[in-house]
Amino acid sequence: MRKTLTIGLQISIMFLFIAMASSPFTTRLQAGQITITIKGSTTVLPIAQATAEVFMDRHPEVNISVQGGGSGFGIASLIDGSTDIADASRPMKEKEIIKARSKGVYPHEIIVAKDGIAIIVHPSNPVYNLTSDQILDIYSGKISDWSSLGGKNMKIVVVSRDTSSGTYEAFEELALKGERVRPDALTTASNQQVAMTVANTPGAIGYIGLGYLSSRLKAVKVNGIPCTADTVISGKYPLSRPLFMYTNGKPKGIIKDYIGFVLSEEGQRLVREQGYVGIR
Amino acid sequence: MTKERFYKWIFTALAFSSLFFLLGIMITLLVQALPMFRQVGILRFIGGKYWYPTYSTPSFGILPLMLGSVVVTTGAACVCIPLGVGSALYIHELAGPIQRAILKPVIEILAGIPSIVYGFFGMVIMAPMVQRFFGIPTGLNAFTASLMLGVMATPTVCSIAEDALNVVPSSFKEASLALGANRWQTLVKVIIPAAGSGISTAIILGMSRAVGETMTVLMVAGGAACIPRSIFDPVRPMTATIAAEMGEAVMGSLHFHALFAIGLVLFVITFIFNIVAEIISRRFRLRLGLGR
Repeated sequence: MRKTLTIGLQISIMFLFIAMASSPFTTRLQAGQITITIKGSTTVLPIAQATAEVFMDRHPEVNISVQGGGSGFGIASLIDGSTDIADASRPMKEKEIIKARSKGVYPHEIIVAKDGIAIIVHPSNPVYNLTSDQILDIYSGKISDWSSLGGKNMKIVVVSRDTSSGTYEAFEELALKGERVRPDALTTASNQQVAMTVANTPGAIGYIGLGYLSSRLKAVKVNGIPCTADTVISGKYPLSRPLFMYTNGKPKGIIKDYIGFVLSEEGQRLVREQGYVGIR
Repeated sequence: MTKERFYKWIFTALAFSSLFFLLGIMITLLVQALPMFRQVGILRFIGGKYWYPTYSTPSFGILPLMLGSVVVTTGAACVCIPLGVGSALYIHELAGPIQRAILKPVIEILAGIPSIVYGFFGMVIMAPMVQRFFGIPTGLNAFTASLMLGVMATPTVCSIAEDALNVVPSSFKEASLALGANRWQTLVKVIIPAAGSGISTAIILGMSRAVGETMTVLMVAGGAACIPRSIFDPVRPMTATIAAEMGEAVMGSLHFHALFAIGLVLFVITFIFNIVAEIISRRFRLRLGLGR
């Protein structure tokens, strides 16, 4: 008897939750829902997600769908019209702009935040500073042992990202200057995976977005400059980059409201909460 | 009567649908891969040593990727053949009814674990262990991937091999024992050869599962597109390459077609595996006089 009572209680609580969860949805439908689609860089994804959530709370009639997929994917989606906003962690390439124009799409660029790419090593590694040239030599394969960098006698395990990653593209541009990454570099699928691999591998070196730094990792200085929010904003830190949102033409209507929110004091506070550097 | 015909048609259509799917996939792969072969050439594609598909002067050599798959699959075979066939023999010959009732379902549950779980386990637990145990620079390498794939392929090998052992007529075993052979001799000289076709099929299907596995190798094999010099080098098997790069490849670009071409190579490899398995099983059946 008691058992059936508790089960009954559980079921009714469940229904209550379902009813609560679905009610804003139904009101939204009644109000005539407006949908904004955002696709692209996984680096910008946390920014888009955090700002979209708050924005949707303020504007119950708006539904924002946020997807990752990489900068290239986001821009391609903007060009073929399957997204309203493309997130990108790199500026659009000349080729992409030409392609967009030929399809009648006029990309409008908005810098929403700044990101620093931290060079990370295992905390036990005594190396604390690397020059841009040393980073280039490590990643292109000229340096393979920590001993030639003032570290222990240990093989360098180079950790890189898949070519679809926006962080990879930015790193390629900022640090590699077009050189090929050594073929024996490990490639991983996400910032977290790089962080985890480096934290577990004493001889490893990797690169991640500033927001993914943790106490289990050690970020080295680059050319003597530490990777912090201040050095990234000022542009002093060599491996820093702006993060973009692209729209088709100047944003209008609800999309303009959303972009305005991202750039507002409050939106930028959300940006900082996600571990990026605000532009204000 | 018309009802019966109606149902017959439905089931015929269902049965043939897989043929259509197969044809559709083959045609798509071929059509999408063709521009790659035309522009780069089959030999330079298969024999090329460098895989740099996204650079301004790209290289599309899949030799390191193919060798990655070969090393990982061979390694997996070294794990799954003894484990799978061994447990099949144990379950069939030695296990009592209770042990069998426990072992068979447990091994089958192993087959039901999603590959991403294997991948995560391999990345977080196995890789650091392997790295420390062997004192190598990184645990994300062909060895760890082989271990994980081997364990994943074991249930396939075990259950098919066990089925094959079950098909051997009990008269074979009885005759052998009656002639004075002991259990070991009966097992090695009579039952295993009689079930040989099924066991070979089991091994080949297990290996084709290992070749085609994607998520685990993507997470555990290290992803380095270089020609492996030892089992402890990181590798980038073909499946992992497709999975990692499909998201970014611009539709219609050479990179896009290259990924389809890798898919075609993979398809051909698993296709060959399946044909070999089929041929072996037919031959053995004929030899045993069991008919087709």
